[in-house]
Amino acid sequence: MAWVNAIIQGVLTGGLYALFACGLSLMFGVMKVVNLAHGDLAVVAGYVAIGVITVTHIPVLWSFLIVIPVMAVLGYVLQRTILQSALDRSVITTLLVTFGLSVVIENGLLQFFTANSRGLGSGLALVEDSFSIGPQIQIAYLLVVIFAVAVVVLLGLQYFLSGSKYGRLIRASADDTEAVQLAGADYRHVFGIAAAVAFATVALAGLAYGMYSQLDPTTGTDTILLFAFAAVVIGGLGSLWGTLLGGIVLGVAQQIGAQINLSDEVLAGYLVFLAILVLRPQGLTARRTQS
Amino acid sequence: MSLVTDTSTPPVAGFRVTRSRRSVAWTGVGALAVVVVLALFPYLVYSGTTTILVQAFIVLTLASMWNLLAGYAGLVSVGQQAFVGLGAYFVLILAIHGASPFAALPVAALGCGVAALPMWWLVSRLRSGYFAIATWVLAATIMLIIEKFSSIGGGTGMPLPGLAGLSPALLTAYTYWAGLAVTVVAMAAVYVLLRGRLGLVLTAIRDDEVAARSSGARVGLARLLVFVVAGAGCGAAGALLAISQLQVQPSAVFSVQWTAEMAFATIIGGLGTIEGPIIGTAVYIVLQQTLASYNAWYLIVLGLVAIVVALYARRGIWGLVDTHLSVRLFPVGYWLRTPGDVDRRSVRDV
Repeated sequence: MAWVNAIIQGVLTGGLYALFACGLSLMFGVMKVVNLAHGDLAVVAGYVAIGVITVTHIPVLWSFLIVIPVMAVLGYVLQRTILQSALDRSVITTLLVTFGLSVVIENGLLQFFTANSRGLGSGLALVEDSFSIGPQIQIAYLLVVIFAVAVVVLLGLQYFLSGSKYGRLIRASADDTEAVQLAGADYRHVFGIAAAVAFATVALAGLAYGMYSQLDPTTGTDTILLFAFAAVVIGGLGSLWGTLLGGIVLGVAQQIGAQINLSDEVLAGYLVFLAILVLRPQGLTARRTQS
Repeated sequence: MSLVTDTSTPPVAGFRVTRSRRSVAWTGVGALAVVVVLALFPYLVYSGTTTILVQAFIVLTLASMWNLLAGYAGLVSVGQQAFVGLGAYFVLILAIHGASPFAALPVAALGCGVAALPMWWLVSRLRSGYFAIATWVLAATIMLIIEKFSSIGGGTGMPLPGLAGLSPALLTAYTYWAGLAVTVVAMAAVYVLLRGRLGLVLTAIRDDEVAARSSGARVGLARLLVFVVAGAGCGAAGALLAISQLQVQPSAVFSVQWTAEMAFATIIGGLGTIEGPIIGTAVYIVLQQTLASYNAWYLIVLGLVAIVVALYARRGIWGLVDTHLSVRLFPVGYWLRTPGDVDRRSVRDV
């Protein structure tokens, strides 16, 4: 029964990891930017929410209505300024710049807010309550809600990218910036919008993790970036639903690892990631090999 | 290859291909003099200064290796702390078994070079940005595995044994000389590698990977070699770190901060130039010493400067010097001398 519980918990945390991975996947898929500051920006979103709540005393969930748009605007601005200028130079420059950002953000948070970890929404029924199935399985409402949010976000992204007019423009810009430019659209603005969408999901990921666990300055890289990346690679690069599958595989691997030895939770996830890298470098869902 | 290396008989009268505008000899003499003076430092300066210099040696060695990876081979690794940590642990394990930590240092470097092979096999499956994060995950994985062994200190680490017999003054001096030796060997290795055939391939990759591939350069093999050399170099730096700290702690030696420091020093000094890491390390040490009492601020300032430099001065400080003065301390390119011998008309970095 403990094993069944581990698998159920793993699948549900997989939703959280898929949420981590959305923004990373989207930024890479459209702009070919691997954003090494991805996780740190998610932590920033969490800290902004904590700040907004402390100052205005609004309910936790209401603060999301402020934080997510703020992060989306930040995404647009960052993309139009330093990320675009890095892209204009070379792929390596985007890596150097986002790595620099990551270190600056992490140490900045450490400097201004200390290494103390903080949570979001403690005391909230949504965060604290759980329901049980049988004597041994206890499921937190929050995890179910996060999983549902992840599925909704993935569905929304899928619809946005394949169904909407703007989504088509984004995919066209991802394929060929010059052709898009010739057709009369400003691909830089389109990239900005894509970054805004990606940053909104990044914000959501940071907020979700802040409620699920605790945020501290190193959470961004140690947990969010590396888990997001592992989920992306396990699932298959460039596939949104693969990301969900990757997140679930990672989550289940971690929970089973924790079941064997409590301190091996993270290691078990990474070992599965490395095994996938060896056996199926194109990921679980991708058909073609990575070019 | 023979076309460019055959400098003895000029094909056209008056044209000459040389390694640098001036004779390389004085650079060699200058480098030797610098090394000799540095070697005498323990007799000349306070131990506080040599301690700072040991830190500089560590950063310079790391930056030179990272420069080889990112500046020439196009491999942006953010997981080089894996080798820093492994180097430190190799020294610790050998010291526990009775070896002198100083004798263990070259073994640690060699061990890290060997460890780089399976690691390359894993991470080379991914490209550019995903390669970067994969190295990071790999470093985290190695740390988590090492933390499982309580005989080498588990998650908390342990002090480095085997150096208690030395007097503090002697230990400081030995550590300093070991640091100097590591740095000189690392810099010399980078210089020799880049001057040779591998250097031509790497410079071609640096300038245009697709063109290099289509000209028949064995890009994959060159990258594997660079990854192994960088692994050994970072391992030596990690071994040096263990000796200078007298303590090996997993979260400290496997910290991504090492990669941040080597990357920022390289970017600021000049990515893709041998001189760059030296300048960058100097900037790093000055900033770190000035802002020492403000915790992580030196890293924040370094990071911001590195971002600006990466965007607006791609060849860093040394690149600016080079553009305006055409100076090379380590000539690895070729210069074409025309009959009129106008110095500035030259073929740069063939």
